[in-house]
Amino acid sequence: MTLFTPKTVDDLSATIAGLDAPCRIICFDTKAALGNKVTAPHILNLQKFSDIEIYEPEELILEAGPATRLSLVTNELNKKNQMLAFEPPDHSKIFGSAHEGSIGGLIASALSGPRRIKAGAARDHVLGFSGVTGAGLVFKSGARVVKNVTGYDLPKLLTGSHGTLAALTSITLKVLPRPETETTVQVPCTDAQQACRIMAQAMGSTAEISGAAYIPSQGVILRIDGIAPSVKSRVDQVTKHFKNVSQIGDTASQKMWIALRDLHHFHKRTDHAIWRISVPPMAAPTVLENIKSLNAEYLLDWAGGLIWLAVPNSTQLQSSVIRSAIGAGHAMLYRASPNQAQSIEAFTPQPAALAALSARVKHAFDPHGRLNPGKIYLNL
Amino acid sequence: MIAMPLPDEAVLARRASIVADLRRLIKPEHVIDAAASLRAYESDGLSAYRQPPMVVVLPETTNEISAVLKYAHTNNIKVVPRGAGTSLSGGALPLADGILIGLAKLNRVIEIDADNRCAVVQPGVTNLAITKAVEHLGFYYAPDPSSQIACTIGGNVAENSGGVHCLKYGLTTNNILGVELVLISGEIIRLGGKHLDADGYDLLGIVTGSEGLLCVVTEVTVRILRSPESARAVLVGFSTSDDGGKCVADIIAAGIIPGGMEMMDKPAIHAADDFATCGYPRDVEALLIIELDGPPVEVDHLITRVEKIARANNAKNLRVSNNESERIAFWAGRKSAFPAAGRISPDYICMDGTIPRKKLPEVLRAMATLSVKHDLRVANVFHAGDGNLHPLILFDANNADEFDRAEKFGADILRLCVQVGGVLTGEHGVGVEKRDLMQEMFSEADLAQQMRVKCAFDAKGLLNPGKVFPVLHRCAELGRVHVRGGNLPFSQLPRF
Repeated sequence: MTLFTPKTVDDLSATIAGLDAPCRIICFDTKAALGNKVTAPHILNLQKFSDIEIYEPEELILEAGPATRLSLVTNELNKKNQMLAFEPPDHSKIFGSAHEGSIGGLIASALSGPRRIKAGAARDHVLGFSGVTGAGLVFKSGARVVKNVTGYDLPKLLTGSHGTLAALTSITLKVLPRPETETTVQVPCTDAQQACRIMAQAMGSTAEISGAAYIPSQGVILRIDGIAPSVKSRVDQVTKHFKNVSQIGDTASQKMWIALRDLHHFHKRTDHAIWRISVPPMAAPTVLENIKSLNAEYLLDWAGGLIWLAVPNSTQLQSSVIRSAIGAGHAMLYRASPNQAQSIEAFTPQPAALAALSARVKHAFDPHGRLNPGKIYLNL
Repeated sequence: MIAMPLPDEAVLARRASIVADLRRLIKPEHVIDAAASLRAYESDGLSAYRQPPMVVVLPETTNEISAVLKYAHTNNIKVVPRGAGTSLSGGALPLADGILIGLAKLNRVIEIDADNRCAVVQPGVTNLAITKAVEHLGFYYAPDPSSQIACTIGGNVAENSGGVHCLKYGLTTNNILGVELVLISGEIIRLGGKHLDADGYDLLGIVTGSEGLLCVVTEVTVRILRSPESARAVLVGFSTSDDGGKCVADIIAAGIIPGGMEMMDKPAIHAADDFATCGYPRDVEALLIIELDGPPVEVDHLITRVEKIARANNAKNLRVSNNESERIAFWAGRKSAFPAAGRISPDYICMDGTIPRKKLPEVLRAMATLSVKHDLRVANVFHAGDGNLHPLILFDANNADEFDRAEKFGADILRLCVQVGGVLTGEHGVGVEKRDLMQEMFSEADLAQQMRVKCAFDAKGLLNPGKVFPVLHRCAELGRVHVRGGNLPFSQLPRF
């Protein structure tokens, strides 16, 4: 095994072009447990690309190297009352890693938090990038402006590609103002069916909900944020609509959403498999009903559209129960249980025509299969 | 004029049999080959470019589209997809040896799903018709290109269309959840659906805005949003465009993201006011329309803050809309800016660059210089909030020299946009119009990588060739592209 730590873009290009066998791309290696395990003889470490290169608050953009720590970016944005609106999670406890990781890892795995229902996903906030393909070619796409349709939107393709297409050297992100204040309205609720109904009503109202989740031990929580007079008016509106609600103020509300975002509820389930299931919001109760036999603990985020499951052990049987429980949507084995005996594909296999197209796209960037082989699908 | 690829004589020679074959694949009356009827399809919104297609097909189902594409693929015939033909960049410009596939007959709203906040529609449904279909439930579809009454969602997906409200609500790409599409091979594929995060590569992300070069979209699942409770607008005039530009930057810096923030320069203000008699101040150099939407208490609060910022930037006059009819009146001039330009000039071309907001005054000054250089007038309207410029270059097409100068003026403006850190197109697409300027923004290596993506979808290069990319490559050759020291690869290939 060789560890490559290129210092410049040219160095990175030459390194990739000269690879005699596949490599695993890392920044801090905090998400190795996410997705399929990559078996590759070499490691390509991007740690030298670790600076915030541009931050222009008035232009709403920030550009950074992939190995820039997420916490550094968040701190810089905080100073100007701005944020990454897709609310990136810190799943270091879930993955047993040292810290929250890098911007590169975040974008490669396209992780979005509760605000995704209002502000969009990680992919909606990646404006541009520079990088090196699996063929060793230096290229860029996108730009440093928020409105751009020049050429294919490769920033979206690279977001969530889990390092299988290119090694990025710079990422341009759209940033947005932080809300001045927030309040969470808690609505008591007995089951997922009722919870999804409550969340749909709230999302269909003019209250501009920026977080809608169901935590079985707490009920439905609805986040309302913005400027103070507006928050007050919208909280009143929601409060009138539902019965027996309680309000949780600014700081406590923030803590509550961080806990959900970072999956605090599952931190003690170190021996469990964690599944991440994306479905139409109103389909969540049916999926939960279909997997009753697994005795899973669950959380619903995105008004029901994101189901988090913690299930004892991960087995092939569990995988097929979960995947066949889903109509439209897909299930990802987000973190396998540590004692998993059989190999389980982390992502739901795709239909043949789509799988073939994905393979051709992979080939367009990485014709020799050098970058993170097998991370998403075994043939990519 | 920008040249299109030369027609394939062998294909043209087979025209009669191709038409006969197509009549076996779809209803015969939906295959158009009469010269007079073909003229209806000879151009889109970029009307300076005209070319009747070899044949037009108007399929009614996904399976028919699949059959036509598979046939074209097998027989090496080019295909140009077309929605309503409102593209401003020539995206739907036909090819003399190509099949034009019109999607107008796929015009049904398939499903409205208020609980999951989405609607499933066919590509020929107009943008505005989606909002009309869901407004009784209190919802709307957010992207609002100015052609929304006519343009279709299929075209919106192809062009990743924006509109005045995309500063706050995003472009098409941020407002769709899934598509059904057909590859040139005839294969039918679904990406995404009613769920928020699709699995695998974000192919939906590259299909959106791919200008008809990757696939034909046959169904779209769009997000619908609850309509804002209220909206109010502020109309502010400034003595200098620098003050106007600074006001825009200060509003954003204050953490306010308005629903829309539009700017016009003096020629545009006068043209719009003459056309729509909307009472715009005529003694100002720049006019801003800032619209705030949301709950009334929030809108009122933000209006106060915006007023303060505008006054701090030497606002010469300032009006706030106090009711819906006043708000609509503020917009009347801006929304008629294009027809208004048509009244003060026989012809105009509308450019579409985006720049960093802070460069606005600099770019305006440079544009005034270019106006003198090319001896043509220009009127400017901008989506100022996101730095998207729409300079309207005024000319007379009857004067042969003027169209040539207008195109050169436009190219200079777009080069300027790229030079200051911006892009060639914010929402209209590259199409034919900006194709030959792509190298201003991208290196050969950047473009080669985009073309390799094209090859993954369409290895024979049959879908909408001659658009977006300035040089046609054969896919097999792209595997070897390696640019060193700025030497252009494939210098032997024709550039058109």
